[in-house]
Amino acid sequence: MLRAPIKTGLVFFPAFDWAISATHPEREERLLYTQDQVFEEGILDIEGIVEYKPDLATIKDVQRVHFCAPDEWSVMTESHLISAGGAKTISIEVMEKRVKRGFALVRPPGHHAMRVVHGCRGFCNINIEAMMVEFMRDAYGVDRVAIVDTDCHHGDGTQDIYWHDPNTLFISIHQDGRTLYPGSGFQHELGGPTAYGSTVNIPLPPRTSEEGFLYVLDNAILPILEEFKPDIVVNSAGQDNHYTDPITAMNFSAQGYAQLTQRLKADIAVLEGGYAIEGALPYTNLGIIMAMAGLDFSKVKEPDYRPERIRQSSDTGRYIEKVVAQTLEYWQNRHSLGERVRGNKQLAERERSIFYDTDNLLETQREKLRVCSDCCGVLAIDSSTDSGYHIYAVHIPRKACKKCQETGYEWYDAAGIANFNRVFLQDRTHNQYLTKSD
Amino acid sequence: MFIGLDVGGTHTDVVLIGKDCILRQVKVPTDPTNLLESVWSGLEKVTEGVPPEEISRAVLSTTLTTNAIAENKLVPTGMIVTSGPGVDPECFRTGEHFYHVSGSIDHRGREVQSIDQLEIEAVASRLRADGIRQVGVVGKFSVRNPEHEIQIREILGDEFDHVVLGHRLSGNLNFPRRIATTYLNAAVYPIHKRFFDAVKESLQKKGLTIPIYILKADGGTMSLESSLDSPGQTILSGPAASVMGSLPFATENEETLVLDIGGTTTDMAILIRQTPLLDPLGIELGGFKTLIRSLRTQSIPIGGDSVVRYENDKITIGPDRQGRAMAYGGPMPTPTDALFVLGKTSNGDVEAARRGIQNLADKAGAAAEEMATRIFDHACYSILNAAAQMISDINSKPVYTVHELLEGYQVQPQEILVLGGPAPFFAFRLAFLTDFQVHVVPQWQVANAVGAALARNTSEVTVFSDTERGVVLAPEENYSASVKRDYDKKAALELALELLRKKSIAEGGGEGELETEVLEELQFNMVRGFNTTGRNIRIKVQVKPGLIPEYKDIAQTLFNYCPLPE
Repeated sequence: MLRAPIKTGLVFFPAFDWAISATHPEREERLLYTQDQVFEEGILDIEGIVEYKPDLATIKDVQRVHFCAPDEWSVMTESHLISAGGAKTISIEVMEKRVKRGFALVRPPGHHAMRVVHGCRGFCNINIEAMMVEFMRDAYGVDRVAIVDTDCHHGDGTQDIYWHDPNTLFISIHQDGRTLYPGSGFQHELGGPTAYGSTVNIPLPPRTSEEGFLYVLDNAILPILEEFKPDIVVNSAGQDNHYTDPITAMNFSAQGYAQLTQRLKADIAVLEGGYAIEGALPYTNLGIIMAMAGLDFSKVKEPDYRPERIRQSSDTGRYIEKVVAQTLEYWQNRHSLGERVRGNKQLAERERSIFYDTDNLLETQREKLRVCSDCCGVLAIDSSTDSGYHIYAVHIPRKACKKCQETGYEWYDAAGIANFNRVFLQDRTHNQYLTKSD
Repeated sequence: MFIGLDVGGTHTDVVLIGKDCILRQVKVPTDPTNLLESVWSGLEKVTEGVPPEEISRAVLSTTLTTNAIAENKLVPTGMIVTSGPGVDPECFRTGEHFYHVSGSIDHRGREVQSIDQLEIEAVASRLRADGIRQVGVVGKFSVRNPEHEIQIREILGDEFDHVVLGHRLSGNLNFPRRIATTYLNAAVYPIHKRFFDAVKESLQKKGLTIPIYILKADGGTMSLESSLDSPGQTILSGPAASVMGSLPFATENEETLVLDIGGTTTDMAILIRQTPLLDPLGIELGGFKTLIRSLRTQSIPIGGDSVVRYENDKITIGPDRQGRAMAYGGPMPTPTDALFVLGKTSNGDVEAARRGIQNLADKAGAAAEEMATRIFDHACYSILNAAAQMISDINSKPVYTVHELLEGYQVQPQEILVLGGPAPFFAFRLAFLTDFQVHVVPQWQVANAVGAALARNTSEVTVFSDTERGVVLAPEENYSASVKRDYDKKAALELALELLRKKSIAEGGGEGELETEVLEELQFNMVRGFNTTGRNIRIKVQVKPGLIPEYKDIAQTLFNYCPLPE
C-alpha cells in the first residue's frame, strides 16, 4: 500500500460547469484530463493524501483584501468564492495541523486580481491567495508570509496587494514582461517605500528550462526565504511555464515542477494558470502533488518529454545568472535602498493605468501612502475607469499605528460622495469595511 | 417459491418464501471450514418435502470469497501490467507473479508506446513454468482504450485456465484499484467455481434443478453463470443482504439509517427514499482497495456477543468476541448479558449473566442493574457515534461542479431500522435515547435471507466517447464503435441505456426489473486553438439496487411467517 511520508491535503475543484466563454482557455475542459490522470493514478487512495470539499469563501473574506467596485457581486460569481474557498479550506487544514501541507487545485485563478477590482483581468477576478493569507492572519494570527509565484505570468495582482506590506514577501518568477502579459514584474519593482525589498521580481528569458528555474530557486529564492523567515510559505503554482503551453514561451517540465516543489517545501500551493490542458497539466499537477506528499515522482513524465530537446542555451544560462546576481544585490541592500526611497517624504504618491484585458476596461489610479516610521502607513486610492466609474478607497493596514488609523478615518470622512460614485474604508486593525455612496 | 440464503459468521439463515409469506425459516450454524456443508444443510432443510418444480429461484449470499481474501487463502495468480508515466506500478505489486511490461496509453486513450509481443511471450512462459493457471491483465487508462489488454490476451492464447481483463470489470478510472480488482477476480475464480459446481451437483443429485443466483455486494443479484465472469462481486455480500431485507420498511420520502446488529459487529447503511446508498468507489477488504461496486456500509466491532470490560473507570465493548454471552455458557460478560440482568430476555442462564455483570459492577462500585443500563447505553451511543461519523463522511464527499456544490445535498436520516439478533432491545433503547423514529424490521433474525431472496439484478454501464478521436466505447461491455464529430450526449446516453438493458437481462434480470438511473452525464467541448474540435462525453447508467418489482408492493406482507407443516 502506497503511503505518503508527508501528510498532504488536497482540494480539487475543476468547476466543470464554469467558463469565461466557450473557447476561452479558462473553460470547463481545463482540468478534465488532470482529473482523469489524478483519478487513474489512484492519488486520492494514497494513505496520507486527504481530499477535502471546498468551503465557500465569504464576502467578508473578499473585503479583507479587495475594494470591489461597485460591489462584490458585480465583479465575481459563486465559482470565484468556491475557488477562493478551496484555498481557504486547505489553509484551515494546515493551520489545524490535520495535514502538514496542502494543495488547492482549483479554478478560476486569482493572481492578477489587484486590491481594487473593477472587473476581470488576466482571467482573474478576486485574488485567492491573498484572501487565504488574510484569512489565516485573522483566524490564526499568522504574521510573516512568503508567497512564491511560479506562474509564467507576473503575479501583478498579488504584488499590488502586498506592495506596501513588509510582512509579506512576494517573490515572482515569470517570463520577462517585455515578452508576455501583463508586461510588468521587472527587477526594479521592489515594493513601496515602507516595504521596500519585500517584493522580489525575477523575470526570466523565453525558453528558460529546468536548469534555469532550479538555478533561480537554489541561488535566489531559497536564500531569500531563509533570511526572511516566514511563518508560512505559499506557492502560487501556475503551470504555464511548461514547454507545451500554448500562450507562453518557456521550457519547463513536470519533472522540473516536481523538483521545484520538493525543494521549495511550501506549506500551501494554490493552482494559478496553466493552459496546456492535455500535454502538461495532468503531469505537472501529478508531479506537484507527489512532491508535496514526499512520494517518488521520478516516473512522472510527459509522454513526449525529451530533456535534451528543451534544454536552454548557454546564453540563456548566463543571462539568468546575471538576473539572479541583480536580485541578490537588491535584496542585500534593501534597507539602505528603502531609506533612500523614503527620504523625508511624509506622503508617497504614484499614478498608473491598469488594463483589464478580459473585461476590456482601463482604470486610472492615484495612490497616496502616508510614509510612517511606526507602521507601513495608511493608503488611499483614487480610482476611475474609462467607463466613468469613480471610487475612493482607504486601506488601514493590519498593524497600523494609532496615527495612521486616525488618518485613515479622516481621509474616509473627507471624501465626499459628491465627487465619487462610492467611497470605501478597509480597516484591517478592527476588521471594519465601510462604504458610502449616494 | 423463492429461497434466500445468507451465510453469516456464526449462522446461516435460510428462508423459503411463498406467494404471500415466509413458509419456512431455518438457522444452521456456519462451519467456516466447510461452507459447502453449511449451505447444503440449509438448502436441504428449507426444501424438505417441497416439490422442486415449485421453487423458481434460490439466491445465495456466501462468505466464501470474503473469507478467502480475509484469510489470505488466494490461489497464486499472475498479473501483467502496462503503465507508462506516473506512479511507479511496483507500488501496486500483488505478489510474486507480478510483471510490469512495456506499453502505454494516455488519458485520452491514445497509444503512447506499443506493447512488445516477445516480452509478453517471455512473461507467459515464466508464468507457465511457475505453475500459474489464472492471469490478470491490466493497463493504465485501459477504460479509455482497451487495445493493449486485448492484444496481451490474444498473445496469452489458451494456455491458462482463466484470464481476466481489467477493463471488463469496471468503467471507472483508478489504475491501482483496477489492478487489485482484476487480481481478486482472477484469484478467487477457482474457489468460486469449485464451490458452486459442488452446490449445483448436490442439487442435481437431489433432483433440485433450481436456477441459482448470487448476491453481490451492491445488493443486486446475478445468475450463477455470469458470476463466473466476475466472482469478485460476491465479496462482502453479507451486509447487502440485510440492507435489502430492510428496504420494504423504510419510509418512501426520507432517509433511513439501517443497523444490522449481529453477534460480533454492527453493520450500518443509509437508504435514500428506499434506495441504498452505493460506495462511490468500491469495496475495501484485506488491504485491497477495489472498483467492486458495493453498498456504502460500515462495520463496527460492537455486537451482542462483544466482550464488555471495565478498565480505568471506563466501560469498553469489543472489539473482540470470545464466544457467546455468559447466559449461553460463554466465558465473558456481553451486552446480551446486560439484557438478561435488565430482565429484557430470559431464555438462558440469568444467574450466569448476572454473575458476569455483577463482577463489572463491583469494579465500578455500582449495582448490577445500573451497570447493565450503563453497558447497554454505552453500546447504543457507540453505534450512534459511528453512524454520525459515517453520515458526516458521506456529506463531505467532494463534488466537482459549481451547481452541485451550491446545491449541497446533505444526508440527514430521521429514521432508524434495526435488524439482527438483539434488534428489538436495541430499537427500544435507541428510541429512548434519541429523536430518531426507530423501527424493528419484522423477522429481524432472518430479514437478511429474505432480502437476498427478493433482490433484483443490478448493473452498471459506462460509456465514453471522444469524438475528436472518433470513438465511443463501453469498456465493461466489450463495445466500441466509430463515431462522427456530431455524436453527442443524447446518442451516447441512448447507447448506454441499450447496453444496460442487454447486460441486465444477460445477468438474469427480468425485463420488468429495469429501473434505470443516470449516474453521470457529462459533455465537454474540446477546444484546440480557438476551434471546437470535438466532444468528450462521459455517461454512467445503472439499474439501481431494489426488490423485484412484482414483489415490491407486497414485500411487507412477504415478511409474515406462515410456517408450512413439518
